[in-house]
Amino acid sequence: MSAPIIEVAGLRKRYGTAEVVCGVDFTVEASECFGLLGPNGAGKTTTIRMITCFSPMTAGALRVFGLPVEPANHRVIKARLGLAPQEESLDPDLSVEMNLLIYASYFGIPGAEAQARVAELLEFAALTEKARARIDTLSGGMKKRLVLARALVNRPELLVLDEPTTGLDPQARHLVWERLRELKRSGVAMLLTTHYMEEAAQLCDRLVVMDHGRIVTQGTPADLIERHVGREVIEVATGDDPARRARVLDVARPLATRVEALADRVVIYANGDSDVRGMLATLAGEELVHRRATLEDVFLTLTGRELRE
Amino acid sequence: MSAPSVAMAPPRVAAARPPLGFVAGALRVWRRDMESWRKYYRSSLVGALGEPILSLIAIGYGLGRFVDLGGVSYAQFLAPGILASAAMNAASFEATFGSFTRMTQQKTYDGILATPIGIREIVAGDVLWAASKSVLSGVAVLAVATGAGLVHSAWALVLPAVALLIGVVFAAMGLLVSSRAQAYDFFTYYFTLVITVMYLFSGVFFPIESLPAWARIVAWGMPLTHAVTIVRACMWGNVGAILLVHAGVLVAMLAVAYALAVRWVGRRLIA
Repeated sequence: MSAPIIEVAGLRKRYGTAEVVCGVDFTVEASECFGLLGPNGAGKTTTIRMITCFSPMTAGALRVFGLPVEPANHRVIKARLGLAPQEESLDPDLSVEMNLLIYASYFGIPGAEAQARVAELLEFAALTEKARARIDTLSGGMKKRLVLARALVNRPELLVLDEPTTGLDPQARHLVWERLRELKRSGVAMLLTTHYMEEAAQLCDRLVVMDHGRIVTQGTPADLIERHVGREVIEVATGDDPARRARVLDVARPLATRVEALADRVVIYANGDSDVRGMLATLAGEELVHRRATLEDVFLTLTGRELRE
Repeated sequence: MSAPSVAMAPPRVAAARPPLGFVAGALRVWRRDMESWRKYYRSSLVGALGEPILSLIAIGYGLGRFVDLGGVSYAQFLAPGILASAAMNAASFEATFGSFTRMTQQKTYDGILATPIGIREIVAGDVLWAASKSVLSGVAVLAVATGAGLVHSAWALVLPAVALLIGVVFAAMGLLVSSRAQAYDFFTYYFTLVITVMYLFSGVFFPIESLPAWARIVAWGMPLTHAVTIVRACMWGNVGAILLVHAGVLVAMLAVAYALAVRWVGRRLIA
């Protein structure tokens, strides 16, 4: 097996007295898509900034392509890396095509080769029609695709994506996912952060959930669902009727893996051993949804439901 | 900062092309700035060239009729100062409002930093770009001054290069200010307290010999005084070795401002 693309061990970042990344360990293997999940302020973006040479680490060990991430290696690492940042940094005064050409020039890609590469990337990002358009005439989805195309200009071995589809409508999001899967098949390793559990489930081979600067859990999406919430979820709408709620809880508690009582709903988690049929029969008259467990359930179970702003 | 020895794989063989060197990198950043300016060059040229030329006409010929310097006409005295201050202004505006926008709102620097191009090249490229605008302004003023018969020496041919030198000095200073600015308002202080003071007291409008001794010492601490001195000598044709000292002062100021700008822009972007 080839060497890991990213190796992170005991990674820490402190700003003044606040420690925002508090000892993180993971590795990203060649051709793997690895997800960093977590609520706002979990330390995902800071971790990415350290990996992409934008932020010196406070402590720990960090290697990308086997090279320690330190100033002497920054250029070499960045020459082989593609970064699609969360905050849009396209050049508003340049056309779509020119944005890519100028970016290619930063890597020292000669003119003719850059032209060919840019044409290819415009095709890939479904932006060929927009080659001469101004950036401010692009939709959110087009901008995200252009940022992705820009990150691919140097044919990176590792693509780092910070919230690649935040703010996109479903069509635009699915197009980005399709492109990312295509890249994955071509062997590009990926590290991505996201708030969308569906995105993580669609793309990631493995992922970690971070909270308060620490890794709470890691594994494959299926593994995490099985391990933390079980297979099935029954959500019962109880409104604000305390009697009804009490009845549902009484039914669920002895049979479920775990029960969560929210303001207007009871969420029942069940694995293979639970008597789901029995519960459903008993709760027959209730307004309920019976569904498969998802990463979102894992996420909420591990990081809680209170707002992070 | 060396990493503790955790069991990690040996480095893979780098397959990518070698990163660009300093000069090549800076020129790529310069080209980016130039390409994005090309869209607006008309309005930008009117702004950058109109003001100095109007000043030269209005003050040089209008006010100049009432000024007796004994020997030279006031327009002749003023033209070098207008050239030097036009170069100063062009670079100062670009390296403050322009560079600050790229550093903050547009995240241009962050975008570039994700590539093998580093902070030193970004700062050098932006400084060089701002100074290119100084050359444009300087050449325009020179053309008008030549047309008006105010240039008396072939030494004027080196003035585009002098405008470049003035430009890089003020661009590096502007970037230094930008690296510390929190908002555009901050530049009001810089332009009022630094740039305007230089404009008025560096020998653009009157010889600094007419200032009191202490003010003359302050004036020689200001880069524009040296710049005006060099430009005036080149336009009038009384070039001497002393100009190398003035140029040396400007180069020293450039070196300090550039080094600090690299450090502070770096602190701002890499954290």
